Amino acid sequence: METTPGDDRLWPGRVQFALLATRKVEALMSARTAEPAAAPPDEERRAWEPLPRRSDRPGRLRRRPPGSGASIGKNRSGAGGPSLRARWGLRAASVLVPLALWAAVSTAGLVDPTFLPSPLAVLEAFAEMLGSGQLLDDTLASLGRVGTGFGLAVLISVPLGVAMGTSAVALALLEPAVGLLRYMPAAAFIPLLIIWLGLGEPSKIAILVLGVVFFNTLMVADAVRRVPGELGQAAATLGARRGEILRKVTWPYALPAVVDAARINAAAAWNFVVVAELIAAESGLGYRIVRAQRFLQTDKIFAVLVVIGIVGLLIDVALRLLRDRLGRWVA
Amino acid sequence: MTLVLRGVAKDYGATRVLDGIDLSMEPGEFVCVVGASGSGKSTLLSLIAGLTPASAGSVSLAGAPVTGPGPERGLVFQSGALFPFLTVAENVAFGLRLLPISRADRERRVRWYLGEVGLSSLAGALPRQLSGGQRQRVAIARALACEPAVLLLDEPFGALDVQTKEDMQLFLRQVWRDTGTTVLMVTHDVEEAVLLAQRVLVFACGPGRVAAEVPIDLPAYRALTVKRTSSFLGLRATVEDLVRSHMLTPEREKV
Repeated sequence: METTPGDDRLWPGRVQFALLATRKVEALMSARTAEPAAAPPDEERRAWEPLPRRSDRPGRLRRRPPGSGASIGKNRSGAGGPSLRARWGLRAASVLVPLALWAAVSTAGLVDPTFLPSPLAVLEAFAEMLGSGQLLDDTLASLGRVGTGFGLAVLISVPLGVAMGTSAVALALLEPAVGLLRYMPAAAFIPLLIIWLGLGEPSKIAILVLGVVFFNTLMVADAVRRVPGELGQAAATLGARRGEILRKVTWPYALPAVVDAARINAAAAWNFVVVAELIAAESGLGYRIVRAQRFLQTDKIFAVLVVIGIVGLLIDVALRLLRDRLGRWVA
Repeated sequence: MTLVLRGVAKDYGATRVLDGIDLSMEPGEFVCVVGASGSGKSTLLSLIAGLTPASAGSVSLAGAPVTGPGPERGLVFQSGALFPFLTVAENVAFGLRLLPISRADRERRVRWYLGEVGLSSLAGALPRQLSGGQRQRVAIARALACEPAVLLLDEPFGALDVQTKEDMQLFLRQVWRDTGTTVLMVTHDVEEAVLLAQRVLVFACGPGRVAAEVPIDLPAYRALTVKRTSSFLGLRATVEDLVRSHMLTPEREKV
């Protein structure tokens, strides 16, 4: 509202104030409650056609018996949508149907088993690798790299993100650089990192850090920026100083969202470790895939892929549980 | 301890939202500020709280100029602005935790204020489990626990339903009488202002300024039934007319 005070602009108010000042309150009241001089013309409106009504499209919004409590937009939990049992059935189908298709295709002999091993062959390969301890060693090697690389990336990105989310200076300084680096694929850095750091562990850790750190920084900054400003102001009026507001208000409020950001980027880290191991490694799940490829052991490749998927899912579930524990206060 | 504002003005860019505010409050006074939206009422509280600096003039409390936010000027927001990750008791203890007092002393104070606002049984609850009225009680207890020289309330009951609002109004009068704190409350509800305050300031729009001051000479103890007395209705009508005559509606701006 641009209201530059000018004499002409304010005079209706002044007239009324003058009325008040002379105690003609009644005149003012009657002026306010008086009927309008003439009823608004509504001949035009009367000529309008009644608005057409949209017919129910069957199937889109199923009619439910009255009192079932279902309402639009509340389909997520219980009341609407499929029942609990039906949902678990659908979840099982989402895994079992592709598995059955795979079994059917391989037993029918449609594809050479060298290219597409049967589920049973994959299970055998899995048991063999598990029995020799190879699978466990490889999984632990990959997990160790993710732990180091992802942990380092979190240690770097969280302080950077908090700085970007709370300080305009840090935001202006860091956002362009981080935003640019984020779009450079980490995998494309692999040759450069091998030249710089050699074929050993440091180059693999570096790929993980590069792949995660920029995304995580921006996501942490976003989480911190979403903390309502009113909470910081309330804390300030209760005597909190800048650092105390950051520690006692901003950080605890943002923490569940920060863990959520880490969860999403952990998936990326788990991907990058396998990519790094595909190129140069002596251990790890990615290395196991390359080895199996050399001997055309597609059954082993499949078994390792399934392990990668399951471990990734477990990491996700663990971080989800952590987030839910830290964010119990979230409505 | 007296809150004094002298010639306070506030500009947002080229727009002056507050101009020439002179105000002084005695200790233990209850003052309400009413005015149409856009009259800078909330900005006034923000200036006194020290969250925004004044463009001109001075704000001082007990002779000391206000330079930033502090616990001697407690502010309660319309939303309550409770810390959602802290329990009710932890919210009330927030300001006390920043002070060098013993744990026993802190807990004793928290217990007293929770009792005062009637929420002892909900000490361990999280804000999301509370109703709107309960949240505002916590926000008021949290501000009062720091023993502010003046309690600033920014439309604290604006988002509540009518019955809860009436309960909260009686509750606020009760707390004010129990603690003897000075209260400056902003509201757009004239009835609320007349029911609660000893003095009502009417703000005018464009730029926001004090247009009138109405002393409310109602009995010190006010039940809800006071709203039906002729003196209450007369005061309410006077204030309503003052608010309306200093309003700047969009239609009038176009003229």
